[in-house]
Amino acid sequence: MKEIRYIFAIKEAMEEEMERDENVFLIGEDVGLAGGSFGASRGLYDKFGPERVIDTPISEAGFTSIALGAASCGLRPIVEIMFMDFVTCAMDSIVNQVAKMRYMFGNQYTVPIVVRMPEGAGLNAGPQHSQCLEAWFAHVPGLKVVMPSTPYDVKGLLKSSIRDDNPVIFVENKTLHAMKGSVGEEDYVIPIGKADVKREGEDVTVVTASRMVHESLKAADILSQEGINIEVVDLRTIQPWDKEAVFNSISKTHRLVIAHEAVKQFGFGAEISAAVSEEIMDELDAPIMRVGAPFVPVPYSLEKFYVPSSEDIVGTVKKTLEQGF
Amino acid sequence: MKKPGKAKLIEFYTKMVRIRKIEQKLMEVFSNGEIPGFIHVSIGQEAAPVGICSHLSDSDYISTTHRGHGHALAKGIDLKFFMAELFGKREGYCLGRSGSMHLADKNLGIMGANGIVGGGIPIATGAALAAKYKKTGQVVVATFGEGATSEGVFHEALNIAAIHKLPIVYACENNEWAEFSPQRIHMSVKDVKDRAAAYAIPGVSVSNDVLKIYEEAGKAIKMAREGRGPTLLEIKSERWYGHYVGDAQKYRGKEKVAEAMKKDCLLNFEKLLLKDNVLQRKDIDRIEKEIQAEINEAVDFARGCSPPDPSEMMDGLYV
Repeated sequence: MKEIRYIFAIKEAMEEEMERDENVFLIGEDVGLAGGSFGASRGLYDKFGPERVIDTPISEAGFTSIALGAASCGLRPIVEIMFMDFVTCAMDSIVNQVAKMRYMFGNQYTVPIVVRMPEGAGLNAGPQHSQCLEAWFAHVPGLKVVMPSTPYDVKGLLKSSIRDDNPVIFVENKTLHAMKGSVGEEDYVIPIGKADVKREGEDVTVVTASRMVHESLKAADILSQEGINIEVVDLRTIQPWDKEAVFNSISKTHRLVIAHEAVKQFGFGAEISAAVSEEIMDELDAPIMRVGAPFVPVPYSLEKFYVPSSEDIVGTVKKTLEQGF
Repeated sequence: MKKPGKAKLIEFYTKMVRIRKIEQKLMEVFSNGEIPGFIHVSIGQEAAPVGICSHLSDSDYISTTHRGHGHALAKGIDLKFFMAELFGKREGYCLGRSGSMHLADKNLGIMGANGIVGGGIPIATGAALAAKYKKTGQVVVATFGEGATSEGVFHEALNIAAIHKLPIVYACENNEWAEFSPQRIHMSVKDVKDRAAAYAIPGVSVSNDVLKIYEEAGKAIKMAREGRGPTLLEIKSERWYGHYVGDAQKYRGKEKVAEAMKKDCLLNFEKLLLKDNVLQRKDIDRIEKEIQAEINEAVDFARGCSPPDPSEMMDGLYV
C-alpha cells in the first residue's frame, strides 16, 4: 500500500487503464496541456499525446456527444466535466443520447463511456460551482452513478467504470481531491453497485456517500463517546445502490439515517427511504430520518452553515434514537 | 469527379422513386392507424440522400433525423425490418421500441435517427473522431435540416471537427421550414453555407438536383476521406407535407405548398432521363411496378410480425 491523494488516485486509474487499453482516451476542457483544472490528468498529455488526451473548446454538450459517438464506434472515452454544475449544458447529451443509445436502438450499441465530474461545496465557489446533482442522473434509466469517498475507492471504482460497457456518471467531490489515503500497489477494481461498511455499529445505520462518509465517521467518533455506535454504510454507487448491504445493516440496527450533501428534498435519500419503507418496514423501530443541505442555492459566504456536518448527523442520530412507533 | 454513367443514373432514379413510393405508402398506412405515434416524411427531398449516400460504403457512417427515412433507405437499410420497426413490431431494427424517429442499423453505419433536433450532429462527429483515432479511412455524413443549425451543438461540433480536421461532411437540407416557422424568422443568414465561415471550413450550396448534389457531395467526401477536414454542404430542398404527416400547413397556405410541389426533384430528373433517352416510359413503369411489389411485401411482412412482449421491456437496458 501507498499513501496518495484522491486526485492522484484518479490520475493513476486513468493512466493505468490507458496503458492497458489503447481504446481508452480522455476528453474535456483543459485536460491536456493544463493537466486538468484540478490536476487529475497531470502528465497524461505528455505520456499519451494529443490524440488520447484531447483538449476541447468550452462546449460540454458537443464534446460529451462526440465522446458518445466515439464510444458507439468502439472507443472507451473518459469525459471530464470541469465542475458538476457545468454538466447542465450537456443534459441532452447525457439524458437523451448517452443513456438511451443502447436501448432506443434495440440493443445494437454498446456505449462504454465515463463522464467524470467533481461536485460539492467547499471552495466558496458560489451557487453555480458547488452543486450536488447526482440524483438527477440516478433517475435516468440507462445510466450508472458512482460517487466514491476515499482514494482507495476512487481508484478501484474509476477502473471498474472505465471497463464497464455501460455509461457511468462518475461523481467526485472537490473537498476530497486533496485527501490522502492508502491505495494498493496492485491492479485492483471495486465492483460498481457494492456498498462498503466503513464502520460497524449496532445502534443506528447511517447510509451515506462521498464527502458525507467522512462527516458520518466523525459523527461516529463523537457518538461513541456517549456509548452510541452507528454503522456507516458507504454506498459508493447510488445507481444501482446496494440494497442488500443497506437492508442487512438495518436488520441489525433497526434504525436508519441517510446523509447526503445534496439538498434533502428529492435526493437519493428519498429513494432509499421509500424502498426501505416499502420492503422492510417491519424491521424499523423508528421513523427514517434524513440529513441533507437546505433547499436553497449554495451561498458562497455561508457554506459552513449550508453543508451538512458531523454535528447535524449526530443530532439526527440522537433524534431517531429518541423516537419509536 | 467522373460523371455518372447510364447505369448509375438509372440507379439514382430507382432509389429516388423507391424512397418516394415507400413514404407515400407510409402516409397511407399511418392514416389507416396502422403505425402509432407520428411520422415525418421527406417527400420532395429524395435527391439529397441518394446523391450523398452513393459515395458511401457500408462501413462509412451517417447520422439522420426525425425526417430520416430517405437517408436510411439510401444507405441500404432492409425495407422489411424498417417497416417492422415503424409498425412497432419486435422484428424491427430497434425491437419495435422506437419507431420512425429512431431507425438505426449499426452494421450498415446507419448510426441512428435522432428525435432531438441537432442531436445527431455531435454524435456523428464522434464517429469521425473514432475513424481518425483508429485510422480506418471511414468517413461520416451528418444529415440535418436548417432548423438544426440554430442549435448550440451544431456550432460546437463543427468547431471541434474543424480544429481536428475530422473526416466528416455536414449535409444540411434547407427546406426553409423549422417545424412550423419559416427561415426568415429563425435565421439571419440566407444560406446555411455561410455559417461555415465561422469555422474556416468550406461551405457549399447546391440546388435540389441529384446530379449536382452527387457532384458536390463527392468532392466533400473525398476531402474528408483524404484527411483535409469537414465541409458544410447545403442542399436547397422543398418540404411538401408539413412537419409531420397530418400537418395541415395552415401557417404556410395552399398556394405556397402547391408552389413547393411544382419543384419536384424526382420529376425533373425523370424528365431529364427521358429526354436523354436513358430511360423510356416502359422502363419507368417496370421500375415502379417492381418497387410497389417490394413495398407491399414489406408491409405484409410488418403486419405479420408480432408486437414486443411486455416481459422483454427491460431487456438490454444495461449490458
